[in-house]
Amino acid sequence: MTGAGDRGQHDRPRLTTSAMIASIAAEGQRTMAAPFGHALVALAQEDPSILGMTADLGKYTDLHVFAQAFPERHYQMGMAEQLLFGAASGLAAEGFTPFATTYAVFASRRAYDFIHQTIAEEERNVKIACALPGLTSGYGPSHQATEDLALFRAMPNMVVIDPCDAHEIAQAVPAMAQHRGPVYMRLLRGQVPLVLDEYGYSFELGKAKLLRDGADVLFVSSGIMTMRALEAATALAADRVDCGVLHVATIKPLDEAAILAACARPGRLVVVAENHSVHGGLGEAVAGLLMRAGVHPAFRMVGLPDAFLAAGALPTLHDRYGISTNALCARVKTWLG
Amino acid sequence: MSPAPRGHNVSLERRAWGIRRHALLMGEVQGQGYIAQALDIADVLAVAYFHAMRYRPDDPEWEGRDRFLLSNGHYAIALYAALIEAGIVPEEELESYGADESRLPMSGMASYTPGMEMSGGSLGLGLAIAVGRCLGLKHKGSDARVYTLFSDGELDEGSVWEAIMAAAHHRLDNLIAIVDVNNQQADGPSTAVLGFEPLPEKLAAFGWFVRRVDGNDLAAVRDAFDAAAAQAGSGRPAMIVADTLMGKGVPFLEAREKNHFIRVEPHEWRLALDALDERKPA
Repeated sequence: MTGAGDRGQHDRPRLTTSAMIASIAAEGQRTMAAPFGHALVALAQEDPSILGMTADLGKYTDLHVFAQAFPERHYQMGMAEQLLFGAASGLAAEGFTPFATTYAVFASRRAYDFIHQTIAEEERNVKIACALPGLTSGYGPSHQATEDLALFRAMPNMVVIDPCDAHEIAQAVPAMAQHRGPVYMRLLRGQVPLVLDEYGYSFELGKAKLLRDGADVLFVSSGIMTMRALEAATALAADRVDCGVLHVATIKPLDEAAILAACARPGRLVVVAENHSVHGGLGEAVAGLLMRAGVHPAFRMVGLPDAFLAAGALPTLHDRYGISTNALCARVKTWLG
Repeated sequence: MSPAPRGHNVSLERRAWGIRRHALLMGEVQGQGYIAQALDIADVLAVAYFHAMRYRPDDPEWEGRDRFLLSNGHYAIALYAALIEAGIVPEEELESYGADESRLPMSGMASYTPGMEMSGGSLGLGLAIAVGRCLGLKHKGSDARVYTLFSDGELDEGSVWEAIMAAAHHRLDNLIAIVDVNNQQADGPSTAVLGFEPLPEKLAAFGWFVRRVDGNDLAAVRDAFDAAAAQAGSGRPAMIVADTLMGKGVPFLEAREKNHFIRVEPHEWRLALDALDERKPA
């Protein structure tokens, strides 16, 4: 699955190749190492029901941190994602709270029926944490999970989380365990940007939070696009465009009240920004909500095109597909005229 | 006709007959169902529920129970019959089989029925879940066992082989799997749809203890269950390969051209019950 040549390339200052594993942190950005793994260890020290499982991707989902701390509570299931999630269902049925990790593409595409039937339909208390969400790998469509939110949003009983940074992941892990039932979390791993701590942010399952207010534009964003929206808001302020950012970390259930309240404020351009296909993700979820509620602001969506994306370096691809900070700023300026 | 009371000296033959009869009555209610499969697996279920497994009929979720995972959810009619015979599901519910609001839907689902441990229907799920159950029981220090029944057609599914590898790798000697080789799946004979023989040799090479038996020979099935249970402590999971005859116990169904979904005419349900009743064991 992964070639030895992929490893270690994130040490380079600027990525220029289509490596599978790459940090999304910008040069010089504050980061935290393996927030998921460390948060899971902390949780497991308090809660003996917590187990870790993976399908040959412990190192690449930061579960190795947990495996080292609790080897007897870690299950290596091999490169077998159907088995991984079926077995997770079985462990949950025996009263455990397994955190099962793989890449988002494999959970959402290869193991979908297993998650649907053995976890969601049976309402098993399984937590699914998946790396390489959206366009966070330059490796090509095999590893670019551009439709995972759409797929898991459509699954009954499934809670879906798209965290922004290390600060949020660390808080989301205990919150996932506290929720009784299946949860899917998009996972950022390795050196993960640290952003939201500076906004006094705290993660609450099912809650959208306004990170900054602004009179001209409201970004409604999730995942790494919240980081980009915050950067865009700073950049656009220099052009006297006043931008607010509503961070929607829980894609399902959607915090409808907070989104409607923010979008109903007159005079603002609403820009939904997501690291996901424009089909079936946060953008369409928000659009549908606004339509149903009769709230009709000027509305634009930023997301990945309905296409198999190219291989390449992430900065190149984020510019090309419109989800880099620069691309976001440029589009907002165009829309504002 | 009530289930024979548990704990009394009731033969396995009588239990298997009772399971067949409950299944036929359910089939008659709906005028359809996977009755040929229910008849073929009744002997295996009789041994599972009246010889091998530990459970409490009045407490189906008792922590110390042996778990029974029905992977081939379309065999639910057979498992309901066993659950009725075991006193876990009341016999009067038989009338509701497959009806709206019933606890006995045509495909077995965990949330509907006491004693139904998983949701089947999508084939190839059970053995993967069983691996997790077995890991969990070992983690808890429980000596309960996991039994899982699946069909030969499910051997086509890659997930089954993932689980076969994992059960051996993780030394799950608390797992007893039973594969119903009735050699019939949706598009024809299982061996012709996608060949899986020589099955015992394959499973043995994967590290399993294997016993192949005539799945309609109660004594042989009982011995196979005993041999499988004796694997506890060996580090080896156990597989019982049960060769069965679809329609077993009702001669005109046994003789019917084999088909995944055997057609039974409306008047034939009574004939089938009569044929079964003529063969009621002591």
